[in-house]
Amino acid sequence: MRRRELLNVVANETVGAYALIRVERGGLDPGIPGQFFMLEAPGRVLPRPMSLCQAPRGELAFLLEAVGPGTRALAAMEPGDELHVFGPLGNGYRLDVGQPLLVGGGIGIAPLPYLSKQLGSPPAILGFRSDWHAEAAALVPNAEVVIEPTLVTEPLRDFATDCCKVLACGPEPMLEAVRELVADAQLAWEAPMACGYGACYGCSVEIDGVLQRLCVAGPVLEVA
Amino acid sequence: MILNASGCLDALEAPEVARALDGFVTKTVTPQPREGNRPVRIAETDAGMLNSIGLENPGIDGLLSDKLPRLAELGVPLWVSVGGFAASDYAEICAALDVRAEVTTIELNLSCPNVDEAPESAAEIVAAARPETRKPLYAKLSPAATDLAETARAVQSAGADGLSLVNTMRGLALDEKTLQPLLGHELGGYSGPGLKPIALAAVYQCYRATGLPIIGMGGITSGRDALEFLAAGARAVALGTILFADPEAPGRVRRELAEELDARGLSGTEAATGLAHSRRPVHVA
Repeated sequence: MRRRELLNVVANETVGAYALIRVERGGLDPGIPGQFFMLEAPGRVLPRPMSLCQAPRGELAFLLEAVGPGTRALAAMEPGDELHVFGPLGNGYRLDVGQPLLVGGGIGIAPLPYLSKQLGSPPAILGFRSDWHAEAAALVPNAEVVIEPTLVTEPLRDFATDCCKVLACGPEPMLEAVRELVADAQLAWEAPMACGYGACYGCSVEIDGVLQRLCVAGPVLEVA
Repeated sequence: MILNASGCLDALEAPEVARALDGFVTKTVTPQPREGNRPVRIAETDAGMLNSIGLENPGIDGLLSDKLPRLAELGVPLWVSVGGFAASDYAEICAALDVRAEVTTIELNLSCPNVDEAPESAAEIVAAARPETRKPLYAKLSPAATDLAETARAVQSAGADGLSLVNTMRGLALDEKTLQPLLGHELGGYSGPGLKPIALAAVYQCYRATGLPIIGMGGITSGRDALEFLAAGARAVALGTILFADPEAPGRVRRELAEELDARGLSGTEAATGLAHSRRPVHVA
């Protein structure tokens, strides 16, 4: 059940190019891996959607990359700072899969640590643009890491994808490439989002020519 | 009275938010279904946000057959926002809504910045819609009108029962690095706190010009903001962008407004309406 609470930042840890913001859990449900929370970004008009990265006891942890004014404000938060957190929102990954294979690209690995934990540390393929970014791979056990120009699709091709079910999150070109290799992958998409609960109609993504409101239909979609 | 601004809430996805309002205003409905604009559809700015949703809606038939019965189950008075690309579109939809008991009020969206506008003036559209319905008709106007007071007087003469002030204004946001428009549609409708002084001026002017009931909206985030809209001449307020950041805003703004009124010894929202005009009383003909 989604709720909105004012919570304290417990820690702000640097993980390579990213920030891992740990906040008190309060009365919030961590939800299913792939679901997300709207995080109040200090001084900004709109909150920012972040999928849950880890669910340590009594905490919620979010991995983010400071790329714009909202994520920069969040990445600058310090222990003791307060922020409103609203969630869990959207639809997460379906976990009843036989042989899961996790695939993540860049900041798209954010939901994979929590997903990996729930699935018992299945194999993972992670792609990053530099060694510095790839330091975040330490958050995902049992992972094969590739650095650009090598793409995740290279090791993915070598995997026996016929017998594995792929659960992926990453930039749109990566998701499209994964779709071409694997028919029934569960893919977590991303879009700018104002509200996270269906109010703004802003987070539509176009998949195969059809517009889908990500916060309601996704962010995890199973598309053929 | 606290409403949502049209297009800022899906009552079927968030019924608990809709029930905290005194009335739910639907997303604008057009004669035919519309998929809306291609992404990217929203972008935050320093003091607000832009949207270019483009009137995504199921069309009047979809609203009447599917959504309206479900919305009626919420037990909240329903306002339907009506859009179109010609005055006849508005007239046709108003006729269809007139026979539906679930609908309490019709708001004519005469000012969406994200789609092509009808060629007729706001007053001509109101005049076309007026004979088609006995339900109260509110005209939602853009603050970008050259002479807003004159437009307000014209829609009043054409038969509008009230005004919704204001819609978003056209704006542009560019990507930090590439300097390209952030929105797929390039330009969007600007809303949020940055719109508030502009919206307040619109309410103030139209109150003086018409004396019509006004729903004030544009950047309201607190009870204090709501009080200012009442003082400028609004009888009720609507929440827009703040609903995105704070789904609990209806209850919070209501509590804060009650505290503001109480602190000034005002008996209710009616007592606050028009207070900003007390030094220069309005003489409406």
